[in-house]
Amino acid sequence: MKMTRRSFLQVSGLAGGGFLLGFQLSAAEARTAPVADDEFAPNAWVRIDPDGRITAVVASSEMGQGVMTAIPMLLAEELEADWLRIQAEFAPADRAYTNPIIGQQLTGGSTAVRGYWTPVREAGAAARMMLLAAAAQRWGVAENACSARNGEVIHAASGRRLGYGELAGDAAKQPVPAAVFLKEPGEFRLLGTPQKRLDTPAKCDGSAVFAQDVTRPNMLTAVVQRCPVFGGTRMGFDAESARQVKGVVDVLPLADDAVAVVAEGWWPAQQARDKLRIDWDFAGNGGLSSAEIRRRFEQAVDAGISARSEGDVAAALGQAGKTLEATYEVPYLAHACMEPMTCVAEVGEDGCDVWVGTQAQTRTQQTAMAITGLPQEQVRVHTLFLGGGFGRRSEQDFVRDAVSLAQQTGRPVKVIWSREDDIQHDYYRPATYNRLAAALDADGKPLAWRHRIAGPSIRARNSEQVRESGMDGSSVEGAENMPYEIANLDVTYAMVNPPVPVGYWRSVGSSQNAFVTEAFFDEVARAAGRDPYELRLELLADQPRHRGVLELAAKKAGWGEPLPAGRARGIAVAKSFGSYCAQVAEVELDENRVRVKRVVCAIDCGQIVNPAIIEAQMESGIAYGLNATLNGEITIGNGRVQQGNFDDYPLLGIAEMPEVEVRILESDASPGGVGEPGTPPIAPAVANAVFALTGEPVRRLPIRLG
Amino acid sequence: MLKLTVNGEAREVDVDPQTPLLWVLRDQLGLTGTKFSCGIAQCGACTVHVDGVATRSCSTPVSAVAGRAIVTIEGLSAQAEHPVQRAWIELDVPQCGFCQSGQIMAAASLLSEHPTPSDAEIDQGMGGVLCRCGTYNRIRAAIKRAAELASEGETQS
Repeated sequence: MKMTRRSFLQVSGLAGGGFLLGFQLSAAEARTAPVADDEFAPNAWVRIDPDGRITAVVASSEMGQGVMTAIPMLLAEELEADWLRIQAEFAPADRAYTNPIIGQQLTGGSTAVRGYWTPVREAGAAARMMLLAAAAQRWGVAENACSARNGEVIHAASGRRLGYGELAGDAAKQPVPAAVFLKEPGEFRLLGTPQKRLDTPAKCDGSAVFAQDVTRPNMLTAVVQRCPVFGGTRMGFDAESARQVKGVVDVLPLADDAVAVVAEGWWPAQQARDKLRIDWDFAGNGGLSSAEIRRRFEQAVDAGISARSEGDVAAALGQAGKTLEATYEVPYLAHACMEPMTCVAEVGEDGCDVWVGTQAQTRTQQTAMAITGLPQEQVRVHTLFLGGGFGRRSEQDFVRDAVSLAQQTGRPVKVIWSREDDIQHDYYRPATYNRLAAALDADGKPLAWRHRIAGPSIRARNSEQVRESGMDGSSVEGAENMPYEIANLDVTYAMVNPPVPVGYWRSVGSSQNAFVTEAFFDEVARAAGRDPYELRLELLADQPRHRGVLELAAKKAGWGEPLPAGRARGIAVAKSFGSYCAQVAEVELDENRVRVKRVVCAIDCGQIVNPAIIEAQMESGIAYGLNATLNGEITIGNGRVQQGNFDDYPLLGIAEMPEVEVRILESDASPGGVGEPGTPPIAPAVANAVFALTGEPVRRLPIRLG
Repeated sequence: MLKLTVNGEAREVDVDPQTPLLWVLRDQLGLTGTKFSCGIAQCGACTVHVDGVATRSCSTPVSAVAGRAIVTIEGLSAQAEHPVQRAWIELDVPQCGFCQSGQIMAAASLLSEHPTPSDAEIDQGMGGVLCRCGTYNRIRAAIKRAAELASEGETQS
């Protein structure tokens, strides 16, 4: 069914509170699915069936961050729905579901609540108005004599009530309102409360469906052997012994760098893959190593392009009473989603179906269109639960595998990458090399700050503008917006793109730049003889939201209070994705192992949708960042990734997880992100605690002592 | 033909005897609640019970479990009423959810061995079951809650 992108007219504040929003939407064009006569589907975001069950249609992907609960809460708030009657389903790929912040239907950059905050609430409000109108008409009373609450329309004067289900058929005949009122924050009843997640029960009995779990009649399962060396291509291959494996149906070349085995089930496919003999052309990359990449970064780092420049750093460094210099490095990182990349595709006479846990429905649809040559309306994307996303599932490589093989074989094909495929053919978090310098005046006040970054660009892959300009905003985020008031300040970026693919990884540039910025800040504080928390506050005089989270985290962590011998605290703050997050880590050393015992996290993410989910996301962001702090490192040798599975790319286990205390600031500010902002502060908070314990700054991740 | 007992039902499968139990469950028997993640017994997403013991199905040849009682997440309880599942739901443990079948099966096995596990016993029993979303603190709390629920159930009966 064709849908049109809804458009929003002007927002005008009205006397008496509330906002009147122009609401332009054709009910006929924006229904989500064929509906029964007595069902009410006023727009792309909601359906109400005659028994009163309400289906919230969620445009974003659920990868653990709770969007399948948070978005329905936005809808239910304005709809005045009974929360216990709400269920959620994933939207199809359609322009109607474009995230206004991103311009695509894509879940990333912690934009789900921020992007759909207005349109989904509007949709709920519009539906509520139509239900009210239907009730008023049935009773023969004025609409403004009726009110909606908890899934019912009530006529107070007569005490009459009608449930939404009873009104669904009539509501569907009402005109779509041209404008809607939205609640003021003080009027929220549901938003801001700790509601249970709608997807929990299905995730506790094995019934939640991930792409890995999809079965189609006559389906084949495929594994894909890619060139182990980045940038290499396939010359030829011998599949004779692979074809002998019982259950193998075919061995097929795929793109120009891979060979696929399709079989009746994953195990025979995987067994046969080991018997393939493939000749590769390594394209000259067979000697690439981490050391070589580091050398290229080091050579480039002083010749970067300015991302921010204030005052005269060179002069300040020349005249200062005291100067510091340091080199900071972080490695490539794999995403290591627990569900390896998986996609199911079927190409038939009536089009192409793709079942996938994707963060990027628009791109998935375009990927399938490009391979099959089918028009948009014949490519249907069925979004499933994602077994982790973290940025990895916005990529299309595994979708291409499945659609290409489905087209070649004429049968439904499920592609499941092995864990080794997943670790060795990722789009990695960029490794970077950073040269820092700072100057203090005679009183120990920071006078100059210089941060030179060298590393690969994520956006260069898809943007000529980025390649030509040499500047990628995602490479400097978390560094160019360092918040401290220092008169002379330079941040530069030198783009170096080795043939190791890079991509978005939870919190993107801030995942490394917050570490570099906040850890070097503690070196500056130490050189100045200042408490790192006190110096932060002093240099954040004009940054009340940074200060707010810092003060709260410090207070709850007992900053400055004595600790048992052998334990120390570290503090860090970072703004990312519209939210402010500070963390205090308490750390001990066990021989040369860092043990993080406790983390206090303060988050200001503006208006609160669901505090229980915010708390879970802070724990999650901390765990993800802590693994990068303590364990995560992808290295390159002979042109290929040297790690392959969890035995040599270890993940944080339950015994390494610190106690986490989350505090959420009350705020009237517009909503900020939640999925990513918990990640950036943890590495520097831990590094700064180790620095406090040992007196040696931590300048590389993961932390390796001794 | 190999004879298996899965979730109390007798099943027969015609596969290479070296096929890991995981793929027999998923591809032959359609029990997809048990997940594939690492394939080398390093992450626990594929955990099932074999004669009541938590077992990594990705690295267990199906021939090794013929005739033994295999229980998957689908067979742990009829309506998600096992104390571990009840506690998991009460505390909203899962995030992405992919590892949670394995977590729940490992926790159920841990509790059958240690009805009131200490933190150290939880670390040991759950140490090999990885979660990339970082639900560990809720897992720990839910295991303790499940222990309470289980003992309440015993008191009532």
